[in-house]
Amino acid sequence: MAELLYVDAISQAMWEEMERDPSVFILGEDVAHEFGGAFKITKGFSKKFGDDRVINTPISESAIVGSSVGAALEGLRPIAEMQFSSFISCGFDQLVNVAGKAYYRWGGKVPMVVRAPYGGGIHSGPFHSSCEEAYFVHTPGLKVVAPSTAYDAKGLLIASIRDNNPVIYFEHKYLYRRIRDEVPEGPYVVPLGKADIKRPGDDVLVITYGAMVHVALESAAKLEEEGISVEVLDLRSLCPLDTEMILEETSKIGKVIVLHEANRSCGVGAEVSSIISEEAFRYLEAPIVRLTAPDTPVPFSTPLENYYLPDEPRVSQAIRDLFDY
Amino acid sequence: MAAKEKITGINDVDIPADKLRQMYYDMLMIRRLEEKSAQMYQQGKISGFCHLYVGQEAVAVGAVAALSDDDYVMTSYRDHGLALARGMTPNVLMAELYGKATGCSKGKGGSMHLFDVEKNFIGGYGIVGGHLPLAIGYGFASKYRKDNRVTACFFGDGSVAQGAFHESLNMAALWELPVVFICENNMYGMGTHVKRALAHDNIYDQAQAYDMPGYQLIGNNIFDVYLKVKQAGDLARKTGTPTLIEARTYRFRGHSMSDPATYRTKEEVDEQKGKDCLTVLKDALIKEKICKEDEFKEMDSEIKKIVADSVEFSEKSPEPPLDALYEDVFV
Repeated sequence: MAELLYVDAISQAMWEEMERDPSVFILGEDVAHEFGGAFKITKGFSKKFGDDRVINTPISESAIVGSSVGAALEGLRPIAEMQFSSFISCGFDQLVNVAGKAYYRWGGKVPMVVRAPYGGGIHSGPFHSSCEEAYFVHTPGLKVVAPSTAYDAKGLLIASIRDNNPVIYFEHKYLYRRIRDEVPEGPYVVPLGKADIKRPGDDVLVITYGAMVHVALESAAKLEEEGISVEVLDLRSLCPLDTEMILEETSKIGKVIVLHEANRSCGVGAEVSSIISEEAFRYLEAPIVRLTAPDTPVPFSTPLENYYLPDEPRVSQAIRDLFDY
Repeated sequence: MAAKEKITGINDVDIPADKLRQMYYDMLMIRRLEEKSAQMYQQGKISGFCHLYVGQEAVAVGAVAALSDDDYVMTSYRDHGLALARGMTPNVLMAELYGKATGCSKGKGGSMHLFDVEKNFIGGYGIVGGHLPLAIGYGFASKYRKDNRVTACFFGDGSVAQGAFHESLNMAALWELPVVFICENNMYGMGTHVKRALAHDNIYDQAQAYDMPGYQLIGNNIFDVYLKVKQAGDLARKTGTPTLIEARTYRFRGHSMSDPATYRTKEEVDEQKGKDCLTVLKDALIKEKICKEDEFKEMDSEIKKIVADSVEFSEKSPEPPLDALYEDVFV
């Protein structure tokens, strides 16, 4: 099996799905021709699939998302690229009011994917680094995924394209060319709503997703030397959430850290923490710990951004503290 | 390109007599159903928001008559008229206003969110201007599949100030999509006159910015509506050229049931009522000897009966079961 970069796994997923299904097409700002998207993910697609299926749009996120909803209601399967996830705010109405409510109000299926390159760590400042997933997890009718590995990136994207609901696919920019793992050739599906244990352990459970999975794995490797066994649970899907696995692992381990890069208040971590408190309180051996970015915008300055993002030393220390509780 | 010089008349359109009669019937159906909705709203039977189409009937009916049954039509929250014009049954519509399980959205949508898939009425939408990008998607799908369908997207003058309006017109022209944009300029966005909301209030002129044809038409003149929409629909179907149509119209009632419309003078409203679109068509039908006075009375009593039945149907219909709350969130 070949190793692929996270970014190439995303390309491959779209390529294979477009080969398989003529109703799949791509639209977004500068996605076509030589440019192939701000992150080059669709480079070469125009040549293979033509201008009818790889479509450059004006800088009009509301119309990009809205036209995707319309085409999806008509049975096509658009993949809309937001150049940066922060720009999704311009298409918010189309996602939250139009896409998310179509099935509920009249049974309209919206099989579309919005790809949202998100997250910090690449010095891109307040308008190009944020994590928007919580807005959409909070919104009924939208599915939200956030892969951490190349394998999951491909399988989750294929599952998202084939799903008959609108899916917002948060792909982490920091991971694009830093993460590489084994990816099978040909289409396969990582089911939406299924979490994954990236590293089993007994003493402390870290529930996380996206780039923070790798921070947690780093901490887990380090702490193993100190005799602390850390389990890393990667949510992968934020909506639907794999409540079953969250509760099962909590009941086995009893000490839980929820870790994410997004801002703290009303983040996905708050939801996970509440679910555990409500459903698995009796298994807890210590209070649940939330490790998140603070409630500030993402700063540009390197030391400030590094301080903003949860990192291995601070995650490791929190695990030690919880282990000693 | 405003054709103000000559008033379009019955002999300028090629519509058979029975279809003309049907168009009057459809307009009267809208009028009577809206009047009944207002009555039921005042009695507390209908709750929430309720935006009436009274006064604008010729726009929906004239446009629908000019389009094919396969074409898509969509509109804003003032959607009762277009839904009926497109063939939604009064029972299903009234039941939705009542929030009953027998409504078009099983009571989950209400007044602003009507829908009829079979009639290709693809929705009323509750956010001003928010549905225009959707029309681009429908137009795109039609072009992608080469299915020869046109999407007619209705919206109010309030939408023109929204970014989504400009994004959508630009994209429709850029991608040569078969979309007809029909702005129903009823002169007020809620209580704000269009002159206080738009720097340039001849809305059809916006078409120039997007290199597409633009027309202004007289919305109470159903022949004018028919003619221009037919022209725009044919152009979209044949060449993929979108058109922006501004239908100058007027709502006789307030913005919604809770709006007494004190921002308009009685003289202004009376003047508009004197140009009622129903009267315009009726006079033409009489003049051309297509209908006699008695026939109008018959039509009216038949329609009133159907509307009364829709109320009875809605009152007798069950509320949605509480479990329905959780249904249809995801496919």
